Amino acid sequence: MRCCRPALLTPPLLLLTACSGWQSSLDPQGPQADLLAGLFWVFTAVLSAVWLLTMTALVVALLRRHPARTEPLELNTRPERGMARTVGAAAALTLVVVVALTVVSYGAQRALFSGGEAPLTLKVKGHQWWWEVTYEDPGPSRQFTTANEIHVPVGQPVHVKLESADVIHSFWVPNLAGKMDAIPGRENRLVIQASKEGVFRGQCTEFCGWQHAHMAITVVAHSLEDFERWRESQISAAEPPDDPVRKRGMQIFLSRPCVMCHQIRGTPAAGKVAPDLTHIGSRLHIAAGTLPNGRGNLAAWIVDPQGIKPGAHMPLIKLNAEEVEPLARYLEGLK
Amino acid sequence: MSETALRPHENKETLDTDVTDGELPARLAATWGTAGGLIGALSTVDHKLIGRRYIVTGFFFLVLGGLAAVAMRLQLARPENSLIGPDLYNQIFTMHGTTMMFLFGVPIGEAIAVYLVPLMVGTRNIAFPRLNAFSYYVYLFGGLMIWIAFALNVGADNGWFSYVPLAGPEFSPGKRADFWAQMVTFTEVAALAVAVEIVVTVLKLRAPGMTLDRIPLFVWAMFVNAFLIIFAMPAVMLASSLLILDRLLDTHFFNQAEGGDPLLWQHLFWFFGHPEVYIIFLPGTAFVSAIIATFARRPVFGYPAIVLSLIATGFLSFGLWVHHMFTTGLPQLGATFFTASSMMIAIPTGIQIFCWIATLWDGRPVYRTPLLFVLGFFFIFVAGGLSGIMLASVPIDTQVHDTYFVVAHFHYVLIGGAVFPLLGAIYYWFPKFTGRMMSERLGRWHFWLAIIGFNVAFFPMHLAGLRGMPRRVYTYPAEMGWDGLNLVSTLGATLFVASFLLFLFNVAASLRDGEIAGDNPWDASSLEWATASPPPPHNFDRIPFVTSREPLWAERQALPVVSGLAVDKREVVITTATRALPDLKESSPDPTIWPFVSAIAVGAVFIGSIFTPWAVAWGAPLAAFVIIAWFWPKSIEEDK
Repeated sequence: MRCCRPALLTPPLLLLTACSGWQSSLDPQGPQADLLAGLFWVFTAVLSAVWLLTMTALVVALLRRHPARTEPLELNTRPERGMARTVGAAAALTLVVVVALTVVSYGAQRALFSGGEAPLTLKVKGHQWWWEVTYEDPGPSRQFTTANEIHVPVGQPVHVKLESADVIHSFWVPNLAGKMDAIPGRENRLVIQASKEGVFRGQCTEFCGWQHAHMAITVVAHSLEDFERWRESQISAAEPPDDPVRKRGMQIFLSRPCVMCHQIRGTPAAGKVAPDLTHIGSRLHIAAGTLPNGRGNLAAWIVDPQGIKPGAHMPLIKLNAEEVEPLARYLEGLK
Repeated sequence: MSETALRPHENKETLDTDVTDGELPARLAATWGTAGGLIGALSTVDHKLIGRRYIVTGFFFLVLGGLAAVAMRLQLARPENSLIGPDLYNQIFTMHGTTMMFLFGVPIGEAIAVYLVPLMVGTRNIAFPRLNAFSYYVYLFGGLMIWIAFALNVGADNGWFSYVPLAGPEFSPGKRADFWAQMVTFTEVAALAVAVEIVVTVLKLRAPGMTLDRIPLFVWAMFVNAFLIIFAMPAVMLASSLLILDRLLDTHFFNQAEGGDPLLWQHLFWFFGHPEVYIIFLPGTAFVSAIIATFARRPVFGYPAIVLSLIATGFLSFGLWVHHMFTTGLPQLGATFFTASSMMIAIPTGIQIFCWIATLWDGRPVYRTPLLFVLGFFFIFVAGGLSGIMLASVPIDTQVHDTYFVVAHFHYVLIGGAVFPLLGAIYYWFPKFTGRMMSERLGRWHFWLAIIGFNVAFFPMHLAGLRGMPRRVYTYPAEMGWDGLNLVSTLGATLFVASFLLFLFNVAASLRDGEIAGDNPWDASSLEWATASPPPPHNFDRIPFVTSREPLWAERQALPVVSGLAVDKREVVITTATRALPDLKESSPDPTIWPFVSAIAVGAVFIGSIFTPWAVAWGAPLAAFVIIAWFWPKSIEEDK
C-alpha cells in the first residue's frame, strides 16, 4: 500500500497526483482502470481550463475601468452589441467543448464495454454484508465457492457476473475497473483485469443497510501459475485436522449452530446463507474486510460479532471459554 | 401622476378614488390586515406573514439538517471512530439529506417566492391565499413529523432516496421508511400548492403594463421553477405512494420476486430527483439576477437569453435522470443519450453565467454583502457545474458514482448554486422584510468565513472519493489513508458552521438595532422597493402601472398608478396573461381558520395511514367535512 498523507499546503493538483492507494481510481493497475484514469485526466484538464477562463473573465469584468454612468438605464448600444457577440462566442465555445467531451466519453465507453472472450468467469453475489464468489467452470466438479476474496491471474480479462441475494449492492475495485450494481433479480456484467501482481481492495458502493461500511472485497492478482495453484487448492475439500486441539475445534463447529449457515466442504456443514469457510484460513481478511485474518481475530469475531460489526447477520453463539481457542485454531488451519 | 382608472362596479362601493391620499393607507391596512391573537395569526392569508413563517421554518430545518451534518463530520473526523454507531449514523445521514432536499432546499425557494413574487408583480396578495396558508401548515406538520419520529428513534434510515428493496417491507421492518414516505407526501402537497399559486399569480395578477417582457428575471425564474415542481413532484408522490402501498398493503410494485422491479423505483425517483436539483437551483438564479442588477448598477444583460435559458433548463432537466443510474447496467447506447443531454444543460447554464459576467463588466459594481455572496456563487457553482460534466460521462461515472467525489460535486452545486445566493438574498431583502439593514461588517466576516470554510470542508471530498471512499459509510479503516482528508473536511465544516452562527447573530442583532432601511435602501429597480419596508398589509397604497422592465429606474419621479379598486373589501386587479391589460377586478379571500384546520385533518390522515389503512377510510370524510367548511359559499357580491 503506497499512500501519503495530504500536505495541507500543497496545491490541490499536486496533492491529487501524489496520492494513490490500494483502493484508488487514481492508481490504475489494469487496462480498464487505465482508460478510466486517462479519461478522468482529460476531463479534469479541459474543465479546469474552462473554470480558470471563466474566473479570469469574472475578475477582469470586476477590475476593469467601468463606464461612467450616473443613471443605471443610460446604456449605449455599441458596447451592448459587443457584449452580445462575446456572450454568443462563449456559448458557442461551450457547445464545442461539450460536444467534444461527449464524443471522447463515448469512445471510451465503447472501448470499455465492448466485451470479448474471457477465460475466467466469476459469479459475485452481494449479501448483507459480504460477497459470495463462485468460480464457474464447465466441469461441475471444478466449480467452487468462496467469499470476500477474489484471486485473478495477471494479464487476463476476468468476467464478473453480478447478482444480489437481498438488496442492491455495488461492486467496485477502483484500481482495476469502474463499479457495477448488483441488483436482485438481474445479472449485470463487468470485466476486470490486473496488469501486475498485487492486492487490491474493493468496497460496496450502494448503500445497503447497517454494515454498508464493512462490506469490502479483496482482489489478489497472481502470476498464472500461482493462480492455478490457488485454484486447485480452493477446489479441494477441507483437509481433516490432524492435531487433537483442531479436532476438538471441528467437533465444536459441527455441534453448534455454525453449520446452519456455513459450509465447510468435506464436512457435514453445508449451510449456504453465510460465507463458505472451506478455506477461510487462506484468506487475508475476515468479516468482509473488517478484520485481518488470524487466530486472535477469528476468536474475537466468534465471541463478539455484534460488537465488531453491529447488525451483522452472524449471531452470537454461546461458547464456553475453553471452546473458543480450539475453534479459532480449527478455522485458522483451513488453508 | 398619470392614472389608469378601472371601471367601477354598478353598485355603490367606496373606491380608492373616493378617498384622500392621507386616509387611504390606514383604510386599506384595516381591510387587508390580520386580526390579533392566536386565532388571528392562524387565520391569516397575508402572503408576507405566511412567506415569513415559511422562510423562518425553512431556516429552522436548515439548522436541524446542519446539526446532522456536524454529527456526521465529527464521526468521520477519525477512522474507526466509535462516537456514532451504524444505526444512528444511517438515520442521521438520511435526515440530513431528506431535510436539506425536502424541508429546506425546495421550500426555501418557494418561501421567498411567496413573499416577494406578489410584491414584484405589483399586486396585493398571492393567488389562492388560503391554499397558501394551508400549504405552509402541511409543510410544517410534515417536517415536524419526521423530526419527532427521529427523536423517538423511528427516524428514516434508508437515505433520502430510499432505494428499494432496502426500503421495502422485507428489509426495513418497523415504521421508519413509512414516516419517510409520508413526509414526502406532506412536503409535495405543500410544494405543489405553492407552485400553482405562483403560476397563477404571475399569469393573472401582474400589475397593468407588466407585459411578458417586463417581468423581472427573478419572477421568470420562480415561474419556470413552479412548472418544474408541477411536472416533477407527481413522480415522487407516485413513487412514495407505491412504496407505502408495498409496505402497508403488500402490493408488489417493487418486489422482483412477484414481477415488480426495483429499478422502477429509481426511474420514478430520479425523474423527480433530477429536476429537483434545478428546483433548488433556479431560485438561486432568481436571487443572482436581482442582486447583480442592483449592485452592478445596470439592468442584467441579455434578458431574452436568460429567460430562454431558464425555460431550456426546465425542459432539459427532465431528460437526464438516468445519469443517476449509469451503474445499474442499462444498455450502453441509451446511457449515452443521457450523457449528451446531461452535458447539454451546461449550455443554458453557461449562457446565464456569461450574461451575468457581462452585466458586471459593463456595470459599476458596488461591493456590498449581497454581491459578495453572488461572487462566491460564481467561484463555487462554476466548479460544481464542471465536475458535474465529469459525472455525465458514463465511464468516469463508473469510478466516481456513490463516492465522496459526488458528495463534493453536489455540495458545490447546491451550496454554491442555491445557498450562497440565498444568503446574499437574505442580506439583500432583509431591509424589505424587516425595515432594518443587516450589519455590513458582520456580513463581510460571514462571507469570508463561509467561503473559506466551505472550500476547506468540501474540496478534500473530491480527493477522498477518487481515492476510493464510498458515500454513506459510518466509518472507515485507518489503513485506507482517508483520515487526513476527513479531518481537514471536519475542520472546514467547523468554520462553515461558525459562519452560520455569525449569520444568525447578525440577523438577531440587526432585527433589534439595525439601521432603519427606508423604502429602497439599495436604489433597486423592481416593484417590491416601491412600497414601505416592511410592506403594509395591502402591499401598495395604489397598484403601480408598469412602463418599463426596471420600473423604479425608469420612473424616477413617481410611479404611475392604477386606481378604482375597492377600499373596504379585498380586491385585486386581474390582468391578461401576456400583455397585462387590466381585465377584471376580483375579490381576494378573507382570513379564515379553515386552512389550518384542514391541514390538521389532512395531517391526521397522512400520519394515521402509517399505522392503519383504516385511517384513510375514516380520515376522508373528516377531510371532506373541513374542506366543505372551507369552501362554504359566503353571501358576497361575487357569489351572487
